Amino acid sequence: MTSPDARPQPPAPGPDPAGGVRRRSFLGYVIGGTTLVAAADLTMARPARAAVPSLPQVPELYDLEDLQTDAALPTSQLITIEINDDGTASFALPRMEVGQGITTSTAMIIAEELDLPVDKVRVTLAPARPELVFNQLTGGSNSTVSTYTPIRVASAIARGALLEAAALEMGYAVERLRTKDGVVIGPAGETLGYGDLARLAASPVTEVVDVLLKDPEEFTRIGKPRNRDDARLAVTGQKDFTLDLEVKGALPTMLCRAPTLNGTPKRLRNKKKILRMPGVKQVALVDTGVAVRAKTFGQCIDAIRAMDVVWNGGPVDGESDQTILARLKKAELPLAVPEVPLLAKTVEERFEFMFRSSAALEPNCAIADVREDSAEIWSGLKVPILAQQNIAQALGMSQDQVKVNVVTGGGSFGHKLFSDAAIEAAKVSQAMGKPVKLMWHRADEPRQGRLHPMVTSRIRATVLAGQVLSFEQRNTSVVTDFSHGLGEIITSTIDEAPTEVGKMVGGLGFSQTIFTLTQELGYNFGVVTQLLNETDDRFNTGSMRNIYSPDTRVAAELVVDRLAAEVGLDPLEFRLRHAKSDKVRKALEKVAEEGDWGRRMPQGMAQGIAIHQEYKGATACLVEIDVRPETVNRKIRNAVTGPRVTRATFAVDAGLVINPRGLEAQMMGGFSDGLALTLTSSVHLRDGHFLEASWDNYYYTRQWNIPPRFDCFVLPSEDRLPGGAGEAGVAASAAAVACAYARATGTMPTRFPINHGKVTFKPKSFVPSVPKSPTNGLKFTY
Amino acid sequence: MPKQTFILNGKPVTVNVKDDVRVLWVLRDLLGVTGPKYGCGINVCKACTSHINGKAFNPCSVRVGDLGRRDEVTTIEGLPDTVGQDLHPMQEAWIDRDVPQCGYCQPGQIMAAVALVKKVRREGREISESDLDTIRNICRCGTYTRIREAVVQGARGMG
Repeated sequence: MTSPDARPQPPAPGPDPAGGVRRRSFLGYVIGGTTLVAAADLTMARPARAAVPSLPQVPELYDLEDLQTDAALPTSQLITIEINDDGTASFALPRMEVGQGITTSTAMIIAEELDLPVDKVRVTLAPARPELVFNQLTGGSNSTVSTYTPIRVASAIARGALLEAAALEMGYAVERLRTKDGVVIGPAGETLGYGDLARLAASPVTEVVDVLLKDPEEFTRIGKPRNRDDARLAVTGQKDFTLDLEVKGALPTMLCRAPTLNGTPKRLRNKKKILRMPGVKQVALVDTGVAVRAKTFGQCIDAIRAMDVVWNGGPVDGESDQTILARLKKAELPLAVPEVPLLAKTVEERFEFMFRSSAALEPNCAIADVREDSAEIWSGLKVPILAQQNIAQALGMSQDQVKVNVVTGGGSFGHKLFSDAAIEAAKVSQAMGKPVKLMWHRADEPRQGRLHPMVTSRIRATVLAGQVLSFEQRNTSVVTDFSHGLGEIITSTIDEAPTEVGKMVGGLGFSQTIFTLTQELGYNFGVVTQLLNETDDRFNTGSMRNIYSPDTRVAAELVVDRLAAEVGLDPLEFRLRHAKSDKVRKALEKVAEEGDWGRRMPQGMAQGIAIHQEYKGATACLVEIDVRPETVNRKIRNAVTGPRVTRATFAVDAGLVINPRGLEAQMMGGFSDGLALTLTSSVHLRDGHFLEASWDNYYYTRQWNIPPRFDCFVLPSEDRLPGGAGEAGVAASAAAVACAYARATGTMPTRFPINHGKVTFKPKSFVPSVPKSPTNGLKFTY
Repeated sequence: MPKQTFILNGKPVTVNVKDDVRVLWVLRDLLGVTGPKYGCGINVCKACTSHINGKAFNPCSVRVGDLGRRDEVTTIEGLPDTVGQDLHPMQEAWIDRDVPQCGYCQPGQIMAAVALVKKVRREGREISESDLDTIRNICRCGTYTRIREAVVQGARGMG
């Protein structure tokens, strides 16, 4: 037995930490206590990285996944797996489940390494744990990438301790025992359940252990399709979201918000009248608006509609799409064509991408119970430690006075990286001296909530004698807010990157660093550069699912189609010839084959094909679109119909796949997002406020937009480690739809979504800030 | 305060609340029935879809005073009882197809699907692609394709 302080040197790290031909051992601990608790220690396990050739783009050497994974390593030993008396294993995942299926896939990983049925693994969400520092941020599609090996190591250590305890009990050497489905089996077939061994396997003091991980060839659970662990709860209405929790005294609370973006309240003129309204208990002014707490949310809505509030203006009063676009144009850096022969032909395009809302269906919400000297918060939070810091600061408390509980979220799409609702709820609870269950009205979401910033993307490429000599892409964007913690991770971890990468991103801001660590063109086009420039930090922005990639990829792939035409090649053939990686080529070949690339289509229909490379993986998407007038103008009550994608074929190499069924679900969802980004979903800024106020004017993909046929193919991967999945489906989908639209219409769209600009709805009122709930619902029964 | 009485998931309930409070808040905030979700409050997102007398409706857009004492409101919590099973065939199909992602819209999706299948059958048809196109319930996770597959499978299960 050794103490953790006197730990032995770990074995030399190899390039293949998952095992394979040269399996390596890992260090970890059996934590001292009365029942078996195991943890991994990967603090010394940074894998050696390859030497740097001169031409690859940064993400090929070191990407955002590497950075986040490196940031999580130093605290991996603080994440523990516990074996319980009833034979189950418990694990409090320091990430947030927002629909991406990580509680299910994490249970599968633990079950695999522990030799336990998957349904005996209980995965819960850890509350804010400040000691985890950078190891409790859910984003960048990094959850499984960064937790896969530490969780396996901890599970393997637990299994080893169970085997040793069984060996003592049974009187055999460990080598003669095996494990299966939660029991240890002796040579004569005698068995001991993990539950019986949990206490026997416990160690009074913390012990250092080294283990070998299971050979991936022996996996029986990882890689097998599995349904979600919470599906039954979800379909029976028993899955609890923040607003479904009962916290004593936490009554419904909402805010009346300013008529212009980020306006602030001066005073409530009719406070007495509001307090006399049915159900209303308290009102309070906070910096983001006038809060009302009532018996029901319906009575909060009525109170908000009756409020007479004097407002201060907001920072973008008077601004509109056009003024912000003009500002972006002014900030655009000049393109600098590298030296190319005089006769080379230049292809140049400029694209504009409008503001989009990242709101989930579950609106921003949080429960806060703030007392004199303590506070407790419940909310869907992807960065709970930072939420805890921000809430403590807002309340004038120390961090340890604030308890932050993480609740499964009703979607995120980047929205829940910020803790806007939790901070607001804490302030309101403090101001009222009462617990509150705070909810944003739907109308508040696109108008005052987090958005994907407006972006322009310019591309200049040069071609000579059928060769692409250069490809420059310059994005200019309204500032993306990275104050949710990823920025801090970069500052403290970028030193871990190879020196060459450090030089390339040295001196860049957060956004540019993340852009540089994620954007990879994926084509051999001679001199390739992709850069981001930012201006204007007055908007509530955030990193919406897949951050920069959908816009960057849409612009790039449209130009790729132009280049293909320039050199007289079929779009698929051109991509296959220029693809940098085999992964991309295989994905392209798969969608082309399964999606019948090149099949004859009637006038007004066309196919489009695109790729994307990110999160250690590759994707390709092939779609068919119908832009014939009879389709575009099809009538569905109160629906924006427009061009219809009639078929989509998607292929993904996501590295080692834990749960193919969950991965397909993520690609399907990513496709729906990409479709909306290209065709329908945006917000219009007019006179200092955004016009859209609900799903009837913010056109996220609906059933009438979805292709009747969607096929997803999960490709076998050479990789022994998982790549990212949650965001991987968006970029290629958005781009394939754009390319298909361009080919079907014979015109190059340059503004996205394509229907932006025509405001076809009557904007809902800004004062009052929320619409009245209708009363005619019984007229629409079916 | 007026007394509001109606039948909820097979049992009569009475609440003291004003006539104009929408049924969604009576269910969620006063009766603690949280299967129907809030997603917009203006009958657009359909996350609160439930049944009234066997037909789909959106409680965010109906005043509780407009319910009669014999009106039967069924939420996702009461759906299995309508067929006397632990799970309704539509819920079974949903689990089998692994439809939910975040799960927030799914109670409403299932209630809408059951009503849609019944509606097209009243019209003497089986569910078609264009019927599926008319489903208004938003799924912001975008699991629409699996919803379509599950509705068709659930319809078969409904006999």
